[in-house]
Amino acid sequence: MKIDGKQNIWKEYQKEIPDDNYYYARSCIRQNFFPASEETFLKIIKEVLGKNIYDDAHQTTCTGIAYHSDLVSFDTTMTVVARQFSLMNNVQLKNFVISCVTSFGIYSEAMETWKNFPETLEKTKEHLKNATGRDFTSPEIIAHTSDIIYKYREQIKEKAKFHLVNKNTGKPLRVVEHIGCHYAKIFPSKGIGGAEFPSVLSGMIESWGGEIIDYPERRHCCGFGFRHYIIKENRGYSLSNTKVKFDSMEPYKPDFVITNCPGCTFFMDRWQYVIAEMDNKTYGENGFGIPVLTYEEVAGLVLGFTPYTLGLQLHQVSIEPLMDKIGIPYDINEKYLGFENEEIGRPEKPKVLQVI
Amino acid sequence: MKPESKNIKEVLEKDILFIEGLNGCINCGTCTAICPAAKFFDYDPRQLMDTVQSMNNDELIELLKSDIIWYCGQCLSCKTRCPRNNVPGFIITALRRLSQDIGYFAQSAEGRKQLTVKRIVGENIIKYGYCVYIDEIELNGHPEQGPVWQWYKNNAASILKKLGANYKGSGEGTLREISESDLAELNSILKETGALEKFDNIERYCHED
Ligand code: SF4
Ligand code: SF4
Repeated sequence: MKIDGKQNIWKEYQKEIPDDNYYYARSCIRQNFFPASEETFLKIIKEVLGKNIYDDAHQTTCTGIAYHSDLVSFDTTMTVVARQFSLMNNVQLKNFVISCVTSFGIYSEAMETWKNFPETLEKTKEHLKNATGRDFTSPEIIAHTSDIIYKYREQIKEKAKFHLVNKNTGKPLRVVEHIGCHYAKIFPSKGIGGAEFPSVLSGMIESWGGEIIDYPERRHCCGFGFRHYIIKENRGYSLSNTKVKFDSMEPYKPDFVITNCPGCTFFMDRWQYVIAEMDNKTYGENGFGIPVLTYEEVAGLVLGFTPYTLGLQLHQVSIEPLMDKIGIPYDINEKYLGFENEEIGRPEKPKVLQVI
Repeated sequence: MKPESKNIKEVLEKDILFIEGLNGCINCGTCTAICPAAKFFDYDPRQLMDTVQSMNNDELIELLKSDIIWYCGQCLSCKTRCPRNNVPGFIITALRRLSQDIGYFAQSAEGRKQLTVKRIVGENIIKYGYCVYIDEIELNGHPEQGPVWQWYKNNAASILKKLGANYKGSGEGTLREISESDLAELNSILKETGALEKFDNIERYCHED
């Protein structure tokens, strides 16, 4: 397909993204696995873009993982969603911004269900009232946090200290974008560019100087599988699907992978370590893996934030070779220091996967 | 109405996910071609949709007692691609729900694994208000986490503070402790909407022979 043809199709999927005054709905997975990305999002919104965002102490899990692993019914999940909306109502905000892709699918599904089956909205209201005494109204707009970064990608570019360019060759870095399945596969109109041609991450990469790789398994799931990852005996499902993706992208020699889903970032980072240790197979250069980054980590690097405040030390695949390519300075000793610059030891080195 | 084996068709037809998920399958196999679960398990969403569409009570009962309904990974790639707007992933959710309500899930090895899911995710939600929680993730249960996880866990308080989190703190922030009153509201919702009963049923059915 010609590129201009693709761009015309993308235009059909341009959704409304709110420009300020956000209520922040956090991700359980990200808070545990990529805690710094949750904070970097807030820092970019408040300090770089000068927007208003409310971070609420009272919110809880959305129960999305429990719903998709069939532990709770959608009645439960819709009522928890309604409680989060009620918390947003309390602070008079109307733009609900979600940092988890599973949750984004859950909030979208709840609102669609209430629209298409109004009796379910009545039932949810009743459940919420009975359980908590609360009432609620739905947000005017819901958006994923990656939508907001996409919306302001050019402003980020204007403030960029670094570009996604190889400093030695002057060529754009070659980037794989991986979109979490529930960002647009359930409700294509809710994602920028729809499910087939999502531009939310490719738009950021192209603005910041990189080049996107198209490869056969681009839209294949990372393999989370909800129950399959939780149950140890089934976890090979998750590993096998990630391997499908890396085997498919390998010939295109990506410099890094960017994702917009907390789970995908984690699986694509950790399963490379497992494949290396089990099969002696590494996908990056010189025995390293291919770095897998959240879009906040990429934005933070582009903006010149100190690398180890971005949480890059919590990845199993080292990000330093990528920083070397771009020319981002870092102090490797700082990687393994605690909050008060105390020595906290270093992780053991894997046997096969090269790390710094 | 508590579902029983004789009225499976009736219960399914009232399920919103079933209504949304089945608009008439033409057996084209597109879903199977893109399904990640079909790639690695003995699972074929096209065949599943064919069985479900026939609405034969005996066949449905077999399905609810089988491993087949537990293989889907809920990626919902099938929702995007089906030319008839069917959603095998939604049908799976409806079938899994019914299988757990009747207790048939405990008759298949894959179904019984719901006990593990309940004891991990269900109990995290009740105890912490998070569906996953750092303190509960150990390297022996999750070797794929790698040595970096062990280092992170050993130094969680210091590393999380450096990264701007509010680990076990009060007020807002990453990994804050969810307050007793917020946890009480969440648990009250779990009770009101039948989730706690579902958790108990999973335990009960898995302990019945
Ligand atoms: S569910 Fe859809 S994609 Fe799958 S076989 Fe039926 S018509 Fe084809
Ligand atoms: S939701 Fe289930 S059936 Fe549909 S493509 Fe994903 S794994 Fe296959």
